[in-house]
Amino acid sequence: MFPYPLLTIALLVMWLLLNDFTLGHLLLGSIVAVFASWGMAALRPDKPKLRKWYLLPKLFAIVMVDVIRSNLAVSWVILRGRTRGHHASFINLPLDIDDPTALAVFAVIITSTPGSAWLEYDSRRRSVLIHVLDLIDEDEWRDQLKNRYEKLLLEIFS
Amino acid sequence: MSAIIIFTSVSIAQVILMIAMAISSVRMFYGPRAQDRIIGLDALYVNAMLLLVTFGIGTGRTVYFEAALVIGLLGFVSSVSLAKFLMRGEVIE
Amino acid sequence: MIYSAADVPVWAAAAIAFFLLFGALLALIGAIGFLRLPTFYERIHAPTLSTSWGTGGIMTASILFFSIAGGRLVAHEILIGIFITVTTPVTFMLLARAALHRDRVENHPDVPTRAELVVSTIQDRASDEKGA
Repeated sequence: MFPYPLLTIALLVMWLLLNDFTLGHLLLGSIVAVFASWGMAALRPDKPKLRKWYLLPKLFAIVMVDVIRSNLAVSWVILRGRTRGHHASFINLPLDIDDPTALAVFAVIITSTPGSAWLEYDSRRRSVLIHVLDLIDEDEWRDQLKNRYEKLLLEIFS
Repeated sequence: MSAIIIFTSVSIAQVILMIAMAISSVRMFYGPRAQDRIIGLDALYVNAMLLLVTFGIGTGRTVYFEAALVIGLLGFVSSVSLAKFLMRGEVIE
Repeated sequence: MIYSAADVPVWAAAAIAFFLLFGALLALIGAIGFLRLPTFYERIHAPTLSTSWGTGGIMTASILFFSIAGGRLVAHEILIGIFITVTTPVTFMLLARAALHRDRVENHPDVPTRAELVVSTIQDRASDEKGA
């Protein structure tokens, strides 16, 4: 009946946000969401495995704080120019995660944090090329990306 | 009082977003390479979308939201297809 | 239905004005950086200012305005926010790959080649194993 419960709920919430919250729209939205998730089931995508879903709010909070901080940092770089010793550079980072959903979430986190951009991922080497705008110490960046995000993602999806 | 505050801030935000759009289109016209132009187009549509949402706040109508949603959807599709073209269309593989 | 700004209390109007100007200023700073930064790979960082908190600020202002003026929760702007956050990485990743591809074909000196990346990945993995 419900092959993808998360997708069904997300579609229903989207329907109710776009329309008014009434009983009629609740029924219509449920019908649309259930049919759409059956359509999705016909495509047979891999089901994402959420293991420790209760860690998701923690990840979300960390990312929110980091996005605000790097927004201010990048604005400073743009308006004032870089301080001496900082430079833009490419970082090649070997990854331990290989779940597609986890990789997608990681890409969204890295790109929506201004100051770092996810350039290309090589699935054979399992490494990603990242461009950093304001780099001081490369090892510090690697350490931060590895320990701050990747560990959490490894725990959540596996 | 609150109407004045909202009206003033909406006008200022609109002017700021207009300047941002103008700057993005400068990059779109003069950007040295094709990828710079595409990113310029991307920044242009995001700022246009934000401008429509501020119009919505200024006039108090929710119609502008739908227009912003459509711009967001179509802009994404156009940037992705242009990027795809850049990757496959120009260099023979 | 037309929502009127006069129905909003002054503190809410101040919050709306703050979020609006914050978002618009971030969008402007992003555009300035987009014009000023010298290389393509640096310029790719500038528009993310307007797609992260530039969008976030203006959407928050819009949600606050319509919710308070209408007297009930109107949150459909969240959809635009989620949509922009999810689609920007896709666009930028595709563009960056296209740019890397073109620069490699022209043997651009600043761009790491595939061979260099393979070597550095192997070295990193080796040093990880030694450390562990």
